Amino acid sequence: MKNREYQQIDPQALATPPPDHTSRRLRRKWEVFPGKNRFCCEGRIIAARQSGVLPLTLALILLTSGLFFIFDCPYLVQNLTGCIPAIGGVLFVFVMVSLLQTSFTDPGILPRATPEEAADVEKQIDNPTGSSSSYRPPPRTKEVVINQQVVKLKYCFTCKIFRPPRTSHCSLCDNCVERFDHHCPWVGNCVGKRNYRFFYAFIVSLSFLTTFIFACATTHLALRSRGGNGLVIALQESPASALELVVCFFSVWSILGLSGFHTYLVAANLTTNEDIKGSWSGKSGGEDVGNPYSYNSIIKNCCSVLCGPMPPSLIDRRGFVPSDDSVQTSPVEIQLPAAKNDKNMCTQGTKGLLETASRSPLLTSSCPQAKPQAMPAVLETLPEIVPSPEPHPPKTTGGRQSTNTPHKHHSHHRSKAKQTTHHTHKTSNSSPRPYHSHSSRRKDSKNRDPKFSSLR
Amino acid sequence: MAETHSLQDLRQAAVASKVFVQRDYTSGTICKFQIKFPAELESRIDKQQFEETIQTLNNLYAEAEKLGGRSYLEGCLACLTAYTIFLCMETHYEKVLKKIAKYIQEQNEKIYAPLGLLLTDPIERGLRVVEITIFEDRSIGSR
Repeated sequence: MKNREYQQIDPQALATPPPDHTSRRLRRKWEVFPGKNRFCCEGRIIAARQSGVLPLTLALILLTSGLFFIFDCPYLVQNLTGCIPAIGGVLFVFVMVSLLQTSFTDPGILPRATPEEAADVEKQIDNPTGSSSSYRPPPRTKEVVINQQVVKLKYCFTCKIFRPPRTSHCSLCDNCVERFDHHCPWVGNCVGKRNYRFFYAFIVSLSFLTTFIFACATTHLALRSRGGNGLVIALQESPASALELVVCFFSVWSILGLSGFHTYLVAANLTTNEDIKGSWSGKSGGEDVGNPYSYNSIIKNCCSVLCGPMPPSLIDRRGFVPSDDSVQTSPVEIQLPAAKNDKNMCTQGTKGLLETASRSPLLTSSCPQAKPQAMPAVLETLPEIVPSPEPHPPKTTGGRQSTNTPHKHHSHHRSKAKQTTHHTHKTSNSSPRPYHSHSSRRKDSKNRDPKFSSLR
Repeated sequence: MAETHSLQDLRQAAVASKVFVQRDYTSGTICKFQIKFPAELESRIDKQQFEETIQTLNNLYAEAEKLGGRSYLEGCLACLTAYTIFLCMETHYEKVLKKIAKYIQEQNEKIYAPLGLLLTDPIERGLRVVEITIFEDRSIGSR
């Protein structure tokens, strides 16, 4: 016979939840997600809040491909071969599918720390002596040795975690993303661990598609003008081909360049973020630094990046937010306005975290007598969490990244006449670097100026 | 004799504290947890037992992330179908995650709950930590 030492729950307390809870339906986690993301189809589809130029990308691809199928294909099928629309069709489908998957897949977002976790991490960090609340505390780092290489893990003030290696916080999406490559405005999403292979498939297939359309349009015009009419008349007969030529001509260089660059990254098992920062280039210090994540074999690197196991999404968008007991949540809610007054940009995240405070049903039920013990534990975490980012200057929702981490832009300059937008690799890291804008870059220039000192 | 409690009893217990076992990044970005025995558990559980649990978890995660013939086959097949296969098929990783969930529940029922502890599946914490909840044990003749 078990001699129960634990307090019994009063069934009455549990059976009648307070009125405001009965009216609230059970919410899914995507509805309380703290990052800047948009969700569709009840959380099945995720995208960044700013769709960037994704509509433009889609329009360009659809327009050019449409013109190709409507105007070039009939002529070429008649005069050349019927394979042309088939090949074009396959490439087009590949491009569209991989684009949509890149845009709407979770790139590898790390969920933010629960309050207890954050408190535990805070306890382990030694508070620097003499750090008053008037200035920001120095960035917290933790060093770890990976493959005989010292890697610094930085603390993310927004997500309240020490970022795993290769993880970076995207200020546009306000999330830490694993194996962060860059935030791509053309696809309207971050490119990270989970969707890098889709992104790579997209740019490679798009290179093939653009080259293919370019070649077909050229052939079409060449065949037409060979009939003794001349190029001008051929252009007049088929103006669509001219348009395709122009679009493809200007995009093929950039896209081919990008594909080549990313092929190099894949072969070296690097991310755009690391490449820009020169983390493993070893330029500064002269030490023997190499990429600790590389398998030192091109094939193995390619296989691991592109064909490796597909990691699961960690944010569990469609899971239900546990309906916390009023017993536990009401004292927490009282504290929240105080937290909000601190102009802490993380309050939204904190509130979200507190709402999902304990997923395990075992922790949501607590007996009334135990309440005084449970409450201080929860209440204590709040003051602990709140002061740390307090010294930060209050920021509007625009320029996110909470801490000492100014936004760093990398602009990939495209030689497009029609489109003046830049392919911007938005990366953000937590080292205090000045704002730097890289105006032009070539894919084949591996000897880049060491604009950024490598991570030490 | 030590008080034994079932998982059910724990629902009515008070949470005394939580211990977090952090990730071990010395082998790179693979999912691996530190085997270091937390001091707070010294009075509660045998060090060997705990280390064995964590080691088994590490092995299971290593199996999920292993780069081998099977994962390459899955990857290539996915690439050929323009990755649409992920919409219909359960990946190898997900299958192993289910195995892990079952293992953790088993461990909780057999070993940890009777000692007033509870392991939380790391996937619920974004694979960052293994959260161990320590419940209050007010038994007089406690272990």
